[in-house]
Amino acid sequence: MIEQILITIATAATPLLIAAIGELVVERSGVLNLGVEGMMIMGAVTGFGVALTTGSPWLGVFAAILVGALFSLLFGFLTLTLVTNQVATGLALTLLGLGLSGMIGEAFVGQPGVKLAAIYIPGLTDIPFVGRLLFGQDPLFYVSILLTVGVAWFLFRTRAGLTLRSVGDNHGSAHALGINVIGIRYLAVMFGGACAGLAGAFLSLVYTTQWIENMSAGRGWIALALVVFASWRPLRVLAGAYLFGAVSIGQLHAQALGIGIPSQLLSALPYLATILVLVLISRNRRLTMINTPASLGRPFVPDR
Amino acid sequence: MKTRFLTLAAAAAALAFGTIAAEAKVKACFIYVGPIGDFGWSYQHHQGALEAQKALGGEEQVELAYLESVPEGADAERALERFARSGCNIIFTTSFGYMDATNAVAKKFPDVKFEHATGFKRESPNVSTYNSKFHEGRYVQGIIAAKMSKAGVAGYIASFPIPEVVMGINSFLLGAQSVNPDFKVKVVWANTWFDPGKEADAAKALIDQGVDIITQHTDSTAPMQVASERGIKAFGQASDMIKFGPETQLTSIVDDWGPYYTKRIKAVADGNWEQIDVWGGMKDGHVVMAPYTNMPDDVKAAAEAAQAKITSGELNPFTGPINKQDGTEWLKAGEVAQDGVLLGLNFYVAGVDDKLPQ
Amino acid sequence: MRIELVRRPQHSALFSALSPFIALGLTLVAGAIMFSVLGKNPVEALYYYFIDPLTGIWDPSNRWQLHELAIKAAPLILIAVGLSVCYLSNNWNIGAEGQFIAGAIVGSFIPVVFPGFHSWIVLPLMLILGMAGGAAYAAIPAFFKVRFNTNEILTSLMLVYVAQLFNDWLVRGIWRNPEGMSFPGTIRFSEWAILPQIWPDSGRAHWGFVFALVAAVVVWFMLSKTLKGFEVKVLGQSPRAGRFAGFSSGKVVFFAFLLSGALAGLAGISEVAGPIEHLNEKISIGYGFTAIIVAFLGRLNPLGIVAAGIILALTYLGGESAQIAIGVSDKAVRAFQGMLLFFVLACDTLIHYRIRFVGAPAMKAESGKAGTA
Repeated sequence: MIEQILITIATAATPLLIAAIGELVVERSGVLNLGVEGMMIMGAVTGFGVALTTGSPWLGVFAAILVGALFSLLFGFLTLTLVTNQVATGLALTLLGLGLSGMIGEAFVGQPGVKLAAIYIPGLTDIPFVGRLLFGQDPLFYVSILLTVGVAWFLFRTRAGLTLRSVGDNHGSAHALGINVIGIRYLAVMFGGACAGLAGAFLSLVYTTQWIENMSAGRGWIALALVVFASWRPLRVLAGAYLFGAVSIGQLHAQALGIGIPSQLLSALPYLATILVLVLISRNRRLTMINTPASLGRPFVPDR
Repeated sequence: MKTRFLTLAAAAAALAFGTIAAEAKVKACFIYVGPIGDFGWSYQHHQGALEAQKALGGEEQVELAYLESVPEGADAERALERFARSGCNIIFTTSFGYMDATNAVAKKFPDVKFEHATGFKRESPNVSTYNSKFHEGRYVQGIIAAKMSKAGVAGYIASFPIPEVVMGINSFLLGAQSVNPDFKVKVVWANTWFDPGKEADAAKALIDQGVDIITQHTDSTAPMQVASERGIKAFGQASDMIKFGPETQLTSIVDDWGPYYTKRIKAVADGNWEQIDVWGGMKDGHVVMAPYTNMPDDVKAAAEAAQAKITSGELNPFTGPINKQDGTEWLKAGEVAQDGVLLGLNFYVAGVDDKLPQ
Repeated sequence: MRIELVRRPQHSALFSALSPFIALGLTLVAGAIMFSVLGKNPVEALYYYFIDPLTGIWDPSNRWQLHELAIKAAPLILIAVGLSVCYLSNNWNIGAEGQFIAGAIVGSFIPVVFPGFHSWIVLPLMLILGMAGGAAYAAIPAFFKVRFNTNEILTSLMLVYVAQLFNDWLVRGIWRNPEGMSFPGTIRFSEWAILPQIWPDSGRAHWGFVFALVAAVVVWFMLSKTLKGFEVKVLGQSPRAGRFAGFSSGKVVFFAFLLSGALAGLAGISEVAGPIEHLNEKISIGYGFTAIIVAFLGRLNPLGIVAAGIILALTYLGGESAQIAIGVSDKAVRAFQGMLLFFVLACDTLIHYRIRFVGAPAMKAESGKAGTA
């Protein structure tokens, strides 16, 4: 039973983790994209639709990644090339995504989708207690872990990662050093879009195989909050997503046990826990300052 | 540009007064609280609207207009006023939260008929209210659950603690206890009508705590799919969800608003619409059970027998003796709960393994 | 081909005035294409979207729509005006929705707990309590930010969900109307606790819209003419320079949050005491989030925000009108709304920059300084 609960938590945490890791890279490059919810729901509808029509969930996953990246390009063009306000543009992207996905998805309502099956490795998956947890989850769970480790390695162990962080910390100096600030930010934004699209595909192909309007139900916002929660560190995003998932699932279990605490209070626990933990860790002022991208949200236009 | 404007204004005017010119044609308007793509509450109302239009001769005879995702605050009154002014003859307001707006606008437009779902206020003669006794279906589900469950405990995914949902939980349990007096039900409040992810999580939590039947009063098909993956049985909600669990769904309570909408729109067309307050059940065709599947014949027979008894009026799920959760007596032996009490129900019957959120 | 921006020496007054119209023109063209693709008559669709809700200006029988416009715009303007102070001072309050709910709850205290208290003073007290509630709720992220250096984006956003759930608990529990058939929601307020309508003869717009206009003018004055406004803007642009000038950044954090919380709270209680007339669990429909767009659409200028709030309200009304008249779906309406916002935002770029189309990728040799606007 414990193993099942842990898997349930992993399933709840994975879409948050994937979307948040993408947004983390975007924000590390100095761009604040509040359109995660919109890109996610576009990924969800694309992934579902493509998987349904082709019968291949993997094609759905790839299509969702592609559409997420393309959709974020719209945001990129506006905020990077036309230097529009990032906050407002991101919110508008969410509006557009929710509307468009509804239009696209009209034909998919009420259709059972195609599930991206969990992996099965003979022998390993059958190990009692930990087999299914470690070797029997859906493929995107492993992708999310690899993504987290990969991004952590990229940001802090590679030259390209250093360049990306320098763009986010001080785009003026980065530009002075001859770094193509706008180009790097475009790539980061597209990576974020691709991740949000993938997270969306997880919702409609793994979490629950169906398409319903607004099915992301605010998860894009939680992902955004997690990036801040993690003070822009990938491994802390992982911890945050699993903390949030664990408290969310835990409150459902508490209810099923019939302990008699108002369900509203239990439902509020994940949010309260997130605030509490962040308050505790952010008391170390120096540590937070080091990690916050200083140019976050500021527009950049190279002078000539 | 100017001439185009004038033609447009003329077109708008024609639209507004068009109903007078073509008397036979009825304009029926619907306001939905969710998107019609929710595959739940709003979707079923819209299906009912389409069914009524078809039954009454198609677009030639009935013009449909609808607004979806209308919030139940200040926006509802505006939307209704716009409907009334745009020439709607009859307006269906399909969520409880539209109650005050419906009555306010109805006073301003005495010639337009209003039909409010699940409410109880009828402040002017052009307002009717209608609802369905979905709890009748839940009683049958309870019987099936008690016969199918080995654990003797079912999981119930609930949305919000309103009388309709509380009534459903009680009725389900009473049905189950009629078979197995020790039957238990575990309740999880999702605090949402649809969030597929959260509903799925709730189903998993319940299954992990040992229930082997899942029933839901939320809209998405996610719990059915989870039950299917975990290899247990489940009941559908709002629509026939058999496609989402071909080997899982035992039956489903289908909200079938089509017959009622057909009747009421026809009444407007025929000029004999009158104010009513309908709480229709199986007898009236409001509550339809999806085919009984994935169960042995004797269970199916018991379910069908109960359904027949409810339809004929022989059986009322809320017939005493029934005790409240705290052990005090609610209904004496043979006593039947009054509709007024049921429609405001805010307590559990004995045997529910949950504290009702208050 | 590449697009390159060249910063104008001064912001262009011409384009300041022109850009909304260019945006409108682009939106009309794009909208016409979109509606044609959907199989709708584009001219008709755009008429219902943009003109029909405004016909009340010359047609008295349609005047009710102007009232509805004011009702929809009032909370957006009130909240956005407060948010502009936050954003100008670099405080990322995105939890106005929660402050809106807090204001509605605290403001409802008197009519719910003392329903028999009938006096002219009830309504002013409710408004004051509403503002106090919103401000108090906004003080939480402000306190965490100043005291513990906690990022306000996260705390203010998470507190929205907490407020929603608390309100839900309240109106289903201890504040539930005993005569309400166990449905959530408080008792109906007495007439002493309801905001009067401005011109009841032609529609139901209430004093909330007047509050919004007054708030916009007052905050505009504060920002542009007073030392406090200068302090807010200096600390927003450069905290270092602000500190050298002797301004306390902690105080400004509180000032911005308390002000925007109070205005969001006022919007909340005005909504409850205005068109809804009782507190229920459905009051939170995202005004606090939409107002963020309004704030930026109005270029963080309170007077611009009034215009932006009315425009956004117009798109809601027009969207409904188009849905009913020609059956455009709600999703198309929302997608169109997103598109409109994109065009408006993009055209604003012309105020500060000239756009150059460059044939081949040019090498940038100069060591340019960052253009942080």
